[in-house]
Formats: sequence, C-alpha cells, structure tokens
Amino acid sequence: MSSSMHLAEDLYKKDVTSEPIRKGFGRGLLEAGKRNSNVVALCADLTESTQIHLFAKEFPERFIEVGIAEQNLATVGAGLAAMGKIPFISSYAAFSPGRNWEQIKTTACINQRPVKVIGSHAGLYTGPDGATHQMLEDIALMRALPNMAVIVPCDSVEAEKATLAMANHPQANYLRVARDSSPIVTTTHTPFEIGKAYVFAKGDDITLVATGTMTYQALMAAEMLFKDGIDAEVVHVPTIKPLDGVTLLHSVRKTKHVITIEEAQINGGLGSAVAELLGEHAPTPLLRMGIKDRFGESGQPAELLEHFGLTAKNIRLAAVHMLETNHK
Amino acid sequence: MVKKMSIKELEKKAYDVRIDIIKMLEHAGNGHSAGPLDLADMMTALYFDVLKHDPKKPDWDERDLFIMSNGHCAPVLYAVMAHAGYFDKKELMTLRRFGSRLQGHPERTSLPGLETTSGPLGEGLGQAAGMALAMKMDQQSHRWIYCMMGDGELNEGNIWESAMLVAKYKLSNVIGIVDRNNIQIDGTTEYVMPLEDLKGKWESFGWHVIEIDGHNIEAFIDACAMARAIVEKPVVIIAHTIPGKGVDYMEYDYHWHGIAVGIADVAGAPPKHDQAAVALRELRSLKGKITGDHE
Ligand SMILES: [Mg+2]
Repeated sequence: MSSSMHLAEDLYKKDVTSEPIRKGFGRGLLEAGKRNSNVVALCADLTESTQIHLFAKEFPERFIEVGIAEQNLATVGAGLAAMGKIPFISSYAAFSPGRNWEQIKTTACINQRPVKVIGSHAGLYTGPDGATHQMLEDIALMRALPNMAVIVPCDSVEAEKATLAMANHPQANYLRVARDSSPIVTTTHTPFEIGKAYVFAKGDDITLVATGTMTYQALMAAEMLFKDGIDAEVVHVPTIKPLDGVTLLHSVRKTKHVITIEEAQINGGLGSAVAELLGEHAPTPLLRMGIKDRFGESGQPAELLEHFGLTAKNIRLAAVHMLETNHK
Repeated sequence: MVKKMSIKELEKKAYDVRIDIIKMLEHAGNGHSAGPLDLADMMTALYFDVLKHDPKKPDWDERDLFIMSNGHCAPVLYAVMAHAGYFDKKELMTLRRFGSRLQGHPERTSLPGLETTSGPLGEGLGQAAGMALAMKMDQQSHRWIYCMMGDGELNEGNIWESAMLVAKYKLSNVIGIVDRNNIQIDGTTEYVMPLEDLKGKWESFGWHVIEIDGHNIEAFIDACAMARAIVEKPVVIIAHTIPGKGVDYMEYDYHWHGIAVGIADVAGAPPKHDQAAVALRELRSLKGKITGDHE
C-alpha cells in the first residue's frame, strides 16, 4: 500500500468513518466564500440538502434562491459570472445538469463563463428516491462538453478540497456529489489537483481504475486480492475530464490488465474515457464495471450496490476472472 | 462615445442598416430576414441614442449592457455595431462565413462588444438577471441592462423563470424589450402557441408593461426613458413591429422568418434572383420618407 497518499488510518477497519460527500462540498463552499468575496451561491429550492445552507447563512447577500427552476439556475449563474463573480449553482444532478444541460453548454461553456455546477444526490447513494432521482448519466453528459472539467471526489474530505480548487479554476466545472454517507478514504494531507489521478494502492498485476464512492470499494477489493496473491494497483480518478492519461498509462503498461469501476452509466462515463485512452494509446484487456445501460430503482445504497454488482467482492471476482482468462 | 443624432437622422440610419442587412444576407446565402429588418429602428435607437457605451472601449466598466436573447437576429446587431464603430463595415460581408467573427448566432468570445453568446432561445433574461444581481452586490445598479427578446421566444419556459426572479429580486435596472412581430418559424405566434394576453402575462409576473410602435424611434427612446424612471418594478417594452419591415414583399409574411433573400422562390415575392435587388431598390427609395407612416 502507498503511504505517500496519506489515506485515512481507519480505512481498512470495519467501522471506517463515513460521511455524505455533499457535506464536504458544503464546508468547502463556506471556506471558499471566506477566502474570496466574489464567490456566490445559487440554489433551486434544495438549500439544505445540497449543503449550500452553510454558505447562505454566513453570506446571505451572496446567496440567491432561484426556486424550482434549473434552467434559470444556469443562466442566472452565467450572468453573475459575466460580472466577475464565481457562481456555484447547486441542485440534484438529475435536474442540474439533467434538465439544464443546454443552458450550461451555451451560457457557460461556449460563452466561456466559469460557472461551477454542483450535481448533488448523484448515483446510487440517492437510494430510496428511485430511478428518476438517481442521476447516472451526468458524467457522460458533462464529459462531452468542451470548456468543462468533470470532478468526481471519492469522499467528503476530497470534495472539500475540490470545491476550493474549483473556486480558483478559470473554467466551468462539474462536481458530482452523493447524498448518503460513504466511507472517508482520504485525509487533509492526501494530494488533490484538478486534472490529476492518484495511485492510492500500488501493485503490478492489474489496475483498478475507480472514481467517486467506488474508489473505496476498489481499495477493499485490492486488500482481498492481496490475500489471493494478486497485486492490484488502485488508481483513483477524481477528475474524469481532463483525464490524467500519464498516470493511467503508466500503471496500465505495467499491469496490462484494467478494470474501471464507477457508480454511473459505463456508456460515456469513466469506463468510456479509459477505453478511449487505451484504445488510442495502449490497447489492453479492459472490463468496465458500473451501470450497464439501465436505470436504477429504490433501495438502500448498500442493497443497490449489491444488486448492480458494485461491491469490493464483485470487483475481486472480476479481477480474478480477468487474470485467469487472460493467462490461459 | 457615439455622437447623438436627431430622430430624422436615426430614421435614415435605420434604413442604411436595413440595406446592409439585405446585402449581408444575400452574400451569406442564408440567415434570418424578417426579425433583423423589423428590429432595425429600435436597434439603431439603442446603439445611437439609448445605450451608454463606447465602441472604442467595449470593456468599459461603466457601459450599459445589451443582450440579444433572440440571437438569430444577429445580422441587425452586427450591422448597428459596425455603424457605431465597433468594427469596419466591410467585415459585415463575412457574416456566417468560415473564419468570420460574425458567427451565425452571436458568439461573445469571437467579437468584442458582444455581452453574451446566444441563439438557443430563452436564455438572455436569466443572464441579464445574473448581471443585475452582481451589480446589486457591487453597488453598480446605476448601469442598465437591456434584454431584447423575440415574441416566439416567449414560448420558452426559461423566460418566465427569469421573469419571476427579476421581479422577486426587484432588479429594476433590467429592461426587457419584446419584438412583438407576431411571427415565428412555423407561422403566426397565435397559431403556433398563443401568447395573448401578453401584456397581462407580464403584469401578472410582476412587471410594468409599456406598449409602443416598434418602428417609432421617438416612442421607443421615450419608452426607454420611462422604463429607467420606474424603479418599483422591472419594465418590459412590448414593441409592436412589422416582420420584414421596409421590404414590401416580406412584410407580415412568416415565411421570411428563417430564410435569406435570394435562396428560394416565395409566393408573393419576386423570383429569387431578383429579391435582393428589389428589396434594396425599395429601401433606398424609402430613405427620408418614412416618418410616422405606421402610427
Ligand atoms: Mg417573432
């Protein structure tokens, strides 16, 4: 295991500390607001659930409630950015960017305004709300946009750092955060930079490329695989666009086997991004784990991860199978 | 700064702008005709009288902001900007061509003086609102933000989301202008998606409404002054216009919403190879004789 990454000390314990990723965003935004008076926040009637209330309470004059109107959320944000503000616009990812993608494309991306889009309640951790609210297509949608960075932190600690980095980033950005508690993987000392991928566990046999909450599952899988005698490398990809091809190719050229794991549609998501990279630069046996061209459903996050085959156990089996198949 | 003109001079200038629009569209071989022609009077008034701006300093931080939410009317925006001195008039003939700064729909980053990128409808008023909110935070609300919208554009829900927000935050330095020309691509507005009672709609959204003849330059300048004087509510100017204004065979005919002169034979119009020449002859002969004929 890599020590330079300063991962959480209790990471491999059964009672690992957990917290909703969105809480890290809320703290990061409050801190960004303290550091820079141009930071403003907008919300579409979901102030507390998107954790923007911390900022709104401290800086009421810099908080704008647009009501249940996500298209306006994006256009008003672009107008604020035009005047030198750094707008963080937040709603559920299902609605922003789910509903206002074209507004984001035109008024933030083509128009080159640094609107910061926060997609809360993304992925399966939205749980009981069901398919309509479990946004699984956001990575694909946002990855297709020029002038847009796509950031998917693995825990609340990284989300806080990502939020602060976004406030200093010149372009429009998308930050994907989840509703329910998930294990805290990193610490304040773990490095984070927009556009960088990080080797969270070193190994020579297979590369597990993970993003968001799946990075924890990949690390747990690597731990199991180690006991199986398989040395898995875990590459955490908190920025899906721009993709850190250097770090990924370095790992893949060594291990020659790749599994991508994400809590999102594999079509257009991290799996696609890695497939594109490998296809052009280092064709390598690849398995994409994630949501496979279907919608979610109601349930507790743990039940859903089990149902969709996105637990450490599933990753371990997939890795063992891949190595067996390719060594026959 | 732009030299102030008399109403007579502005009216003449509007016809020069129309002539350029026809030439630009003929040269480009595609683009929208009706809206740009009917906006020529108000756009001329904006850039030569109403707006506080400086073509030599497009980033001047005391300028008023003009947003063309109905981006398909770009030809008239480019034409008045060139006449005002933002760039050389010769460049007008590059409209819609590869490598041109005059993109088919206005693209902010390609041409100094544009405040937004537009084309996809319904997005200007929200950006105007965001700009006004920022000005409020920075005690800059003495600057005015004019947002031009098409009437067909008012089909878009985003417009009404923005209308509610502008009223909620009392952003009275936002002035809306609706080009009420009664047409959109598929037909008349009342056939495609009825807008009336349009005045009542805006009023019920918390706006003060001023209705004018959009070809009466003096009335438009007065309406803008009145809009700036009303501070309790945001103001929208519903400007009644004649689509294709100035070219007889285009006037009132929705077929000219989305096409340029010279590319298709249209019932009631000259054959396509003659359309531009007929339009130009008509516009030139109307010079100086148009005062008050639509009141
Ligand atoms: Mg119209």
